[in-house]
Amino acid sequence: MPTKAAVNKKAAAGIALAVNGQKRTVAGDPNRPLLYVLRNDLGLTGAKFGCGKGQCGACSVLMNNEAVRSCQVTLAQAAGKSITTLEGLGDIKTPHPVQAAFIAEQAAQCGYCANGMVMATVALLARTPEPSLDEAKQALAGNLCRCGTHRRILRAVMRASGRAQP
Amino acid sequence: MTAVLSRRDLLRAGGALVVGFALPRPSPAQAAMAKTVDATELDGFLAISPDGSVTVYCGKVDLGQGLRIAIPQMAAEELGLGVERITLIEGDTALTPDQGPTAGSTGIAKGGVQIRQAAATARQALIRLAAARFDVPEDGLDIVDGDVRSLSGEGPSLGIGDLVGEHGFGLKLDPKAPLRSPASYKVVGKPLPRPDVPAKVTGRHTYVHDFRLPGMLHGKVIRPPAVGASLLGVDESALKAFKGVRIVRIKDFLGVVAASEWDALRAADALKATWSQTENLIGHEAVRDAMKAGPFVGEDIVVSKGDAATALADPDVAVLKAEYYWPVQSHASMGPSCAVADVKSDSATLWTASQATHRFRPAYAAMLGLPVDMVRLIYLDGSGCYGMNGHDDACADAALLSKAVGKPVRVQWSREDELGWDPKGPPQLLALEATPMEGGVVAGWRTEMWLPKATAGLPNVPLLAAQAAGIDQPMGLVTGLITQNGDPPYGVAAVQVKVNWLADAPLRPSNIRAPGKIANSFAVEGFFDELCNQAKVDGLITRLQMLKDLRGIIVLSRAASLIGWKPRPSPNPESDGVGRGVAYVHYKHSETYVAVAMEVSVDRDSGKVAVRRVACAHDCGLVINPDALRLQIEGAIIQTLSRTLLEEVTFDTKAVTSTDWASYPILGFADIPDITVDLINQPNQPPMGGGEAAATPIPAALANAIFDACGARVRTVPITPERVKAALAEADAKDKLG
Repeated sequence: MPTKAAVNKKAAAGIALAVNGQKRTVAGDPNRPLLYVLRNDLGLTGAKFGCGKGQCGACSVLMNNEAVRSCQVTLAQAAGKSITTLEGLGDIKTPHPVQAAFIAEQAAQCGYCANGMVMATVALLARTPEPSLDEAKQALAGNLCRCGTHRRILRAVMRASGRAQP
Repeated sequence: MTAVLSRRDLLRAGGALVVGFALPRPSPAQAAMAKTVDATELDGFLAISPDGSVTVYCGKVDLGQGLRIAIPQMAAEELGLGVERITLIEGDTALTPDQGPTAGSTGIAKGGVQIRQAAATARQALIRLAAARFDVPEDGLDIVDGDVRSLSGEGPSLGIGDLVGEHGFGLKLDPKAPLRSPASYKVVGKPLPRPDVPAKVTGRHTYVHDFRLPGMLHGKVIRPPAVGASLLGVDESALKAFKGVRIVRIKDFLGVVAASEWDALRAADALKATWSQTENLIGHEAVRDAMKAGPFVGEDIVVSKGDAATALADPDVAVLKAEYYWPVQSHASMGPSCAVADVKSDSATLWTASQATHRFRPAYAAMLGLPVDMVRLIYLDGSGCYGMNGHDDACADAALLSKAVGKPVRVQWSREDELGWDPKGPPQLLALEATPMEGGVVAGWRTEMWLPKATAGLPNVPLLAAQAAGIDQPMGLVTGLITQNGDPPYGVAAVQVKVNWLADAPLRPSNIRAPGKIANSFAVEGFFDELCNQAKVDGLITRLQMLKDLRGIIVLSRAASLIGWKPRPSPNPESDGVGRGVAYVHYKHSETYVAVAMEVSVDRDSGKVAVRRVACAHDCGLVINPDALRLQIEGAIIQTLSRTLLEEVTFDTKAVTSTDWASYPILGFADIPDITVDLINQPNQPPMGGGEAAATPIPAALANAIFDACGARVRTVPITPERVKAALAEADAKDKLG
């Protein structure tokens, strides 16, 4: 593990990471959560602040293709990693297949949790392209939704995997 | 400079306000001069651009419930065009008429209906204008795809954008303007997709949390360790490590403001504040007993039918009695509240996710010492709130900080702030008694409630920031209309509902989804089942026999048939731990009809309840958008299952202790049941609310199903495994006594 001084020295020059395929260099406190870097330094507000404790999933991003809680990852820990945010998956005109499935199923109410749901689904389908309904429930178990959109979200997961709807 | 914007400039600005990231900011004064928000004026609600596009100004807001498509559908139908031509501006106090708060399931029933009437007025006016231009009679004309033309399709046609000039209609909203016949509907009733979903799932939707202004600072308010504690001192020495961080202290209001959010958070952590040792709370475990102890500020008989007292005093009948309790609950929004305020010396603009921008405007004006018309609230989406959560308090925090530092300030609450300090759903205690059911007749029924008394005429929930800063504001309690549906709808001969009004609530209350009705239905529909169980009759059949309202009979029959209801008394004689229950509500006795039938299984050893299937039959009159409505209903069902099975705000004598998702758990994917929603569209009935009514019968249906499954009657929420086991033990003991 690098010393604090070493981390700070590195930070002064900025920490490099790849965000949505672009190389970005971010200066400032290397111990601040990646979530704040994405939302405030890079203007990528798709990831949402929900709890700051890794309990809800609203802040999820892909780090080297794994869904992580960006409130629990520091900028220093993200150094050199490849980060994909909700914006990086697709946009309104050309959504990612998972985003398209969420749109087709209208799987959002307030939509605050949608970022985490989409990210968890993308990560799930990358490792298990045809999950069972139970596997989908399990993969999303750590993602909270308060509006009660769960069933639509599960339908979106199944749709994105190209299979019958629950 | 206070140049008056042209109407077209304003339309452009208004559109951008909803979708933009870096937004233009006309001052409140400019906007007020340019656009009427008079709810009696057609131009208050509706503007038509030369290109034929339409802007609808809506005082109600989309909180995730689908107004953003449903209200344009209602307007589009009357105007004779497609929804894609309509831009909806929501809840901006400078641009939209005050249609009341987005609460009480009134978005469509009141807000949408008013806008529909505005659109009908516009249609009438457009036809009149075209008839004059064409020199033909009005009654042969209609608007089709945005053009006024003859019904026969012959003769001239003119786009609606060519008929209205720069100055708008200049007409009063005509409450008698004819509405289109439901039989001719082309847009209303269609499951059109909600326009905001693509942006929401691709990270392009601007929530208030995402909104930024040039030069904006980040603020963080430090709340005391105990409710009502006084700030004794602040040690600022730790802040030397932070560049440019400012402290704002106004009496007990303490905050920091920094250029970056991270600095604001770290500075707030580093600041050493000393607070008075204050213990103002009673602790959640003491609430139930305290509710009967008072102090009280009065009592009301809210329902009085026949002579219940005499019926219940009959010495020859053994009156059945039971007590039901609903705890303090949080709105528990996924995103902690957030707001951005730009307070200047003579005006203020507040970006807020409030459900009630118009209602709170005078409160912020008073707090900031500004005239009301110089304060503008602009709605931006927040995290779903289901009643007044922390949004309005976060806005007050941002406003006070912005005023203090003279720059725009954004305040983002933490998870602890939201669960700890959002105003809470109040507790409810109900005692019920009734004469036994004999031959399908209940002679007398009495419901007695103990409830915190809402302060009459209180304009808004008192704001934390104003309170801490010692700024005068009307103090009191807001709870919503929490006494409704406290009486059975089943033709009981003599009914009395009495409320004992408590002077205070254990924590600052506000309205929470379906205020009061969920707990009241839990008690009334649960107790009605107790009467059926005692009489050894089937709960569904008895309800159908005693109900006099056909729409109620229909929803009950359909919900029950969806789970294959087999009439028999409860509990289930097969005692395999599986049971079914039903509950019904005619919301507020005047609105939506809902019946819910549910199948559960109960593990007798652990007390764990698993909800297997929920069927909901729902009649809210005219259905505007069946897909959005279904999602609302599903959401209400799932959220209310969560509230019933899991949720109680815990607190000690100082403050709330359930301040994260581990201590305030909500229902997750593992426990989501199979749900069937059966919509009963009534095209010739007025449209009514969707979500609140659907939430209302859930707890009673669940408790009735648990009783059917295992003979345990649980009358206290949350229905935890421990409470199920205790009720089972009680039932077993009763059995042994015979």
